[in-house]
Amino acid sequence: MWTVVACLVPPLIMSVFVFGIQTLLITAVSVISCVAVEAASQKMLGREITIKDGSAVITGMLLAFVIPPGVSPLLPILAAVMAIYIGKHILGGIGYNFFNPALLGRAFLVATFPVAMTSAWLPPLQDGAIMRYLGASVDAVSTATPLAVMKEHGMAAFTQAFGSGSSMYLNFFLGWRPGCIGETSALLILLGGLFLIYRGYTTWHIPVSILGTMALLTWIVGGKGYFTGDPLLAVLSGGALLGAFFMANDYVTCPTNKKSQIVYGIGIGALTVLIRLKGGYPEGICYAILLMNPLSPVFDGWFKPKRFAPPLGGDK
Amino acid sequence: MISLLTFPQGGVHPPESKQLTEKLPIEPMPAPDELEIILGQHIGAPCTPTLAKRAEVREGDIIGEVKKGLGVPLHSPAAGKVKDIGMSGHPLRTSAPSITITVDHAAAPAVYGKNDWESREAKELLSMVHEAGIIGIGGAGFPTHVKLNPPADTPVNTLILNGAECEPYITADHRQMVEHAAEVVEGAKIILKILGIQKCIIGIENNKPDAIAAMAGAAKEGSTSRYLVSVCALKVKYPQGSEKQLIQAVTDRKVPAFALPSAVGVVVQNVSTARAVYDAVALGKPLCEKVVTISGLGIKRPANLLVKIGTKVSDIVTYLGGTAPGLTKVVMGGPMMGFAISNLDVPVTKTTSAVLFLTAGEIDTNPHSQCIRCGWCLEACPMGLEPKEIGIYVEANRAEDTEPLGVFECFECGSCAYVCPAKRPLVQFIRLAKMKAKRK
Repeated sequence: MWTVVACLVPPLIMSVFVFGIQTLLITAVSVISCVAVEAASQKMLGREITIKDGSAVITGMLLAFVIPPGVSPLLPILAAVMAIYIGKHILGGIGYNFFNPALLGRAFLVATFPVAMTSAWLPPLQDGAIMRYLGASVDAVSTATPLAVMKEHGMAAFTQAFGSGSSMYLNFFLGWRPGCIGETSALLILLGGLFLIYRGYTTWHIPVSILGTMALLTWIVGGKGYFTGDPLLAVLSGGALLGAFFMANDYVTCPTNKKSQIVYGIGIGALTVLIRLKGGYPEGICYAILLMNPLSPVFDGWFKPKRFAPPLGGDK
Repeated sequence: MISLLTFPQGGVHPPESKQLTEKLPIEPMPAPDELEIILGQHIGAPCTPTLAKRAEVREGDIIGEVKKGLGVPLHSPAAGKVKDIGMSGHPLRTSAPSITITVDHAAAPAVYGKNDWESREAKELLSMVHEAGIIGIGGAGFPTHVKLNPPADTPVNTLILNGAECEPYITADHRQMVEHAAEVVEGAKIILKILGIQKCIIGIENNKPDAIAAMAGAAKEGSTSRYLVSVCALKVKYPQGSEKQLIQAVTDRKVPAFALPSAVGVVVQNVSTARAVYDAVALGKPLCEKVVTISGLGIKRPANLLVKIGTKVSDIVTYLGGTAPGLTKVVMGGPMMGFAISNLDVPVTKTTSAVLFLTAGEIDTNPHSQCIRCGWCLEACPMGLEPKEIGIYVEANRAEDTEPLGVFECFECGSCAYVCPAKRPLVQFIRLAKMKAKRK
């Protein structure tokens, strides 16, 4: 668990330089409230208090990572109650929650604070003035995320706002673009995710099937005509990488069998592209994961591990 | 480089920890003053004592017999007097009926002479194996004469000797192979004759190069046109020494669930069992002593001891100079499949392969938590089961509904519990599930 936390620290530090010091504040509030809600829930439900296992810390960090950098630092407190108490402990505690708690918290905030959650985007700081947005009113500076610009104003406006070609890809790859706190730096998320795979904590099946499906479908139907979409941009924008490497493969809510993990990943990738292109929101991976989460046991029912050898003459 | 054989599905790589004893020669431990011989040493019916209290016995005398059902006779490991017929400590059942013998240290040791077995009939050899009280001493304790008499409808063509010794710490079979390679091969030839077949393959994990070399040499020397004995190096992967996994690694045949290895034409015997067969048939010596690895950082002097059956763990501890500071857990058997004991008055049986004295650093005492469904146990299970599901059923008080999940196919290797990040006692859950599902 603590290794995952360590893998989330570099994107957090990066967010300070991209969006300012208040991202640290939001993350701290989120982590502290998640841990506090976990302890309180377990106390109330008469269960053993397990805040030391680090799972609430991860939820807290991931929750902060998927909210815009310009929101009030009080929002994560509400989301923590939803994520940890309702989403996790009411359902039986760790291991028994069927939705990813952090994403449930985010979905709750999007429903209850739609304006803040869809408009408090900040343009990346270019001059290193990390204190600039602290305590300032964000309305004056707020901007729009790349996916929102593309969705509402089209590709031309996107090119005007974010440039094009290799400099745009490089900015997106490093993380210099508007977006949620922890989702922008493709590089650091990839490094963290690959480290977890290298250490054997997770496997490639879910991230690869999600990102592969997204790239493929975006290429086919994401452009003006068929086969003209930009698969690289699809993977680098929004929360695709964070979702694929740190959210969708959450042990508890993803399928356990490798084959079912691939089906699950393809489902998430396809739903994400569908929501991005046709849905009401510019970004869809959060809902795509939440929609596929409860189907995990179904997929596991489809693909059982292969038994060593069946009994002679059928069942005993 | 020859590619090493292994089984493809599941398996884990626990630290081998064999360096403590792998270089130590087998050391005969003198008989203690008292031996407690448990009557139920094997799978099947326990023996009934054939002697009364205070009777005099000589080394090798029969002291117990199975009158009805599956079983083998029991022999006295030393000369002496029957002190008592009562109860002894037992690693699983807390206590079990036993015969206590007061050892007469002054008695002359029994002398066993070599005899010619090749001229004897297979049937005669088989009854010698039975009379010598030989059981599968690799751990299962299944009477060997039954295994060597497979059902007529499943012809056998291959004998596999199990020298994998995949459990961490244990080096008893390792030393047996290094020091008594010729006897093991001779035992294999006797078994081949009993089975009426030609081919024997000895499977040894590749972390024992000296054993592979010794056995390969002995196999070459011992092979004739009648008996073909060969050695096959196996990849180091737990549980390589499990019967079904070993058969798959060596022959690429899969034994169906609930079937015997003879269903695919194979008989498997442990290398130490082959040695015991040699002793019984070629020397006329019954099975009444056993090489036991005493290891772990919690014992003053680790060793590979040749002990008399019935020697208590406490006697072994005294002989080896006591326990070392930091001792936390005593395990009979290997760390993966063995049982922790709470009392050192437990005697060694024919199936004891090791007694481990483990310190806090060698075991995990963390409490377990709820299953987080990471699926690592699915990857580790060599039988393709879902240990996590069984554990969840047991915790939900539905242990009796676990038969469709394949609990009876599980042979409790412990790979799932070894990889579990939540430290769940999955093997214990499965044992409970088996008990309740059987009762249903």
